[in-house]
Amino acid sequence: MRTISSWKRAAALLAAALLLPLLVACGGAAAPAAEPTAAAEAPAAEPTAAPEATAVPEPTAEPAAPAGDPKSLKILYWQAPTVLNPHVSSGTKDFDAATVILEPFAHYNQNDELVAYLAEEIPTIENGGVAKDGTSVTWKLKKGVKWSDGSDFTADDVIFTWKYASDPKTAATTVSNYNTIKDITAVDANTVTITWITPTPNPYGSFVGFSGMVLQKKQFENCIGEKALTDAACQAANLAPIGTNAYMLKEFKPGDTVTYVKNPAYRGADKTAFDTVEIKGGGDATTAGNAVCQTGEADYAWNLQVPKAALEPILAGGKCQPIAGGSFGVERIVVNFSNPDAALGKKRSEPDQPHPFLTNPKVRQAINMAIDRAAIVENLYGPTGVANCNILVVPEAVNSKNTKCDRDIEGAKKLMDEAGFPEKDGVRAGADGKPLTLYFQTSINTLRQGEQAIIKSNLAELGIAVSLKAVDAGVFFSGDVGIDDTLNKMYVDIQMYTNGPDGVDSQAYLEGWTCGKVNSAENKWNGGNDGRYCNKDYDALFAQYKAEFDTAKRTALAIQLNDLLVSDNAVIPLVNRRTPNAIINGLTGPTYNTFDSGLWNIDSWHK
Amino acid sequence: MTQYIIRKILVAFPTLLLISVLIFAVLALAPGDPLAQFALNPAIPASTRNRIREQFGLDKPWYVRYYKWASSMTQGEWGYSFSSKSPVINIVMQRIPQTLQVVGISYLIAILIAIPIGVISAVKQYTFFDQLATFLSFIGGALPSFFTGLSFMLIFAIHFKWFPIVYSTTLEIKDFATFKHAINQMVLPVLVLVVQQTASLTRFMRSSMLDNLPLDYVRTARAKGLNDTAVIVRHVVVNSIIPVITLVALGIPGIFAGAIITENLFRVNGLGQLLVTSIQSSDTPVVMALSFIFSILVVIFNVIADIMYGVFDPRVKYN
Repeated sequence: MRTISSWKRAAALLAAALLLPLLVACGGAAAPAAEPTAAAEAPAAEPTAAPEATAVPEPTAEPAAPAGDPKSLKILYWQAPTVLNPHVSSGTKDFDAATVILEPFAHYNQNDELVAYLAEEIPTIENGGVAKDGTSVTWKLKKGVKWSDGSDFTADDVIFTWKYASDPKTAATTVSNYNTIKDITAVDANTVTITWITPTPNPYGSFVGFSGMVLQKKQFENCIGEKALTDAACQAANLAPIGTNAYMLKEFKPGDTVTYVKNPAYRGADKTAFDTVEIKGGGDATTAGNAVCQTGEADYAWNLQVPKAALEPILAGGKCQPIAGGSFGVERIVVNFSNPDAALGKKRSEPDQPHPFLTNPKVRQAINMAIDRAAIVENLYGPTGVANCNILVVPEAVNSKNTKCDRDIEGAKKLMDEAGFPEKDGVRAGADGKPLTLYFQTSINTLRQGEQAIIKSNLAELGIAVSLKAVDAGVFFSGDVGIDDTLNKMYVDIQMYTNGPDGVDSQAYLEGWTCGKVNSAENKWNGGNDGRYCNKDYDALFAQYKAEFDTAKRTALAIQLNDLLVSDNAVIPLVNRRTPNAIINGLTGPTYNTFDSGLWNIDSWHK
Repeated sequence: MTQYIIRKILVAFPTLLLISVLIFAVLALAPGDPLAQFALNPAIPASTRNRIREQFGLDKPWYVRYYKWASSMTQGEWGYSFSSKSPVINIVMQRIPQTLQVVGISYLIAILIAIPIGVISAVKQYTFFDQLATFLSFIGGALPSFFTGLSFMLIFAIHFKWFPIVYSTTLEIKDFATFKHAINQMVLPVLVLVVQQTASLTRFMRSSMLDNLPLDYVRTARAKGLNDTAVIVRHVVVNSIIPVITLVALGIPGIFAGAIITENLFRVNGLGQLLVTSIQSSDTPVVMALSFIFSILVVIFNVIADIMYGVFDPRVKYN
């Protein structure tokens, strides 16, 4: 008798213990249909535990997934959006998710040309919108634009966005696009004149592209300054901005899914194609590609940056088209001009400690000539990269045609001999008899480790031994001054990563090779010139470029700057990386894009 | 008993305090930066990054930050996430249902499968069934979930197209088709977890049964003339299940920790996925909250397991 009653008690308690979590879930409110399915599911799912289960759903189960629905659009990102206010965003994923709701004055298209969104037309010197002396720009805005709550979009919202983003206490990530503005005046409700603090050759620095999205004043009015992140109402607004674009927010689960519906107040609402748009984040690039190209569950997968070997079988699914183009940035090898020798202690990699042999231009040239870019692209990148000799490749106008970087191992060997590093038993050594070795670091990434291996064997052929190191991306790219493995400190001889200009104007990017930007302990390694390259000729040319306001002359100077860096081997460009997105067959609208969000024209996408 | 529980709870407080200090210190000392994504973007100058770090309080030493965190914690204030700029507690609450649904169901199924298999394996030791169960549970236990997950995905989702790859968390169950989809999308992640959990539970149940089977009371029961089923079910299983119940109870906090790899692979927005993405983006407040909730649950379920021992095993007394 005793055993039976204790058995019952055991069963009851066991059941209670197991049901407790489910009860907690019910108490936790936001459980959409969690409980009923949980109850019904348990027995039903049990037999499937054996893979050979007989109760197999037919392939026709698929229509249950609303992916094939022409009225819904499913987008996959392998990074999940976490916030929808682009001005406090923490990465591309957030800018892209915000693009569906909010609009800037103008977006860049796939050819790096401006397309008017909130603006009526693009201001130019010809139409009188841009002041000839570069002191101001006047934008005419579209009339009759409404926010999704029905209120009017006016110049006040524009002025507010500037004040919000430029306040240093807001800590907006877009601040550098707005703190160049001296004042904005509303000429009338639909015309604004932006006056710059210093005359600028680029009139499109503010309110353009993903950093230019305009916020509604009414919604964010009380969020200027520290309250932007700490106030509860502002936190809620950051997750649910009111916008002017074709879609508005329905539901946002930070770090997971954003669901949008048609914005009824949109100026072209009758042409909006989809009833619902969904951006699902998380997972990885490979399965995202499979979900579009193999199973057709989703319509668009963002940035399939996976090695060629993994990408080709995905695309073979045949249900999708890859779009790759523009530039995601140039994968490059940065050469350290300072000495990273650990024996130097605190003087390590400081600008006043010249590198023992990489300061020799012939050695840098030889390394450049020894690298097999074609092999890297063919074996690793496939459609997602193009072998490339320039450090500045976009926009197309500034992509220099004067450079060459074909592999020439014999020429490279000759150069090394001339430089005073003769070869003995496959090893080169300098006058001091020490064999040449390079310490080579990059971030942890299948593609990059593949590149490292190829480059290591290339340089071994030249007689230079390479030690490889791979650092976690979160560490490598962090600006953390407490760690030695960051790219900023560059305590190695050479390192590899991808970078590119942040807009059509290359000034900020090209400034990264000037003497004033050299990283050192003094500026907490935050200058931006991690290779510690310093060349008076380059600085002089850059000063000339900075002072030039004429577009054509600026383009010519930008090309000259690129050519100087490349011919001096200040940095060794390897591959121009494309952003490959996968689009399901039948979806029209998506394009590649270099300087703007891949979803820039989502208002016109349709199936 | 009451005294025992009170004592346990009092001990739990310093334990939790120590755990929180340890986690915080480890997170603070670990490399990484919530702004790492922006490190290379020339549009985001160093001054902005520093300003944001200050806004997050990251410019202060870790013990100052810990003190702030702990004092706001005692007022029920969990802080806000660096990456979504919204209260941590909302984000965590949003994730709990999916985790309980997927991980909880698979745990339940695993228990329901593992106990009978374990019992039969022990009773029919060294038969074909036992050999097969042993073989499969070794395989299930040895294969990592990223391997089984990817293989299942490749076979059942990509090749046969029976189940979807992407777990939709916005699916509303309106009719039979959406209900079917809800079940369908859960099959693969649940399957992966069931394989793993069943494997270890089966072994545990089997060995516990084998410990009990040769004991005197079993012989006595048989001598009484009870039939085999009665002996096994009423006597042996009841006694052998005691340690398994403890194991099950101690495993429940694990449900709340989510299944990091499986959730990430199938895009289930559970707590495990939240934990791993927060660690990757150095989102300290979220990581702190999750690990702290987890620690509390471990302490609670340890107490529950102790109490259950007292209830099921008359030999255990807590006075």
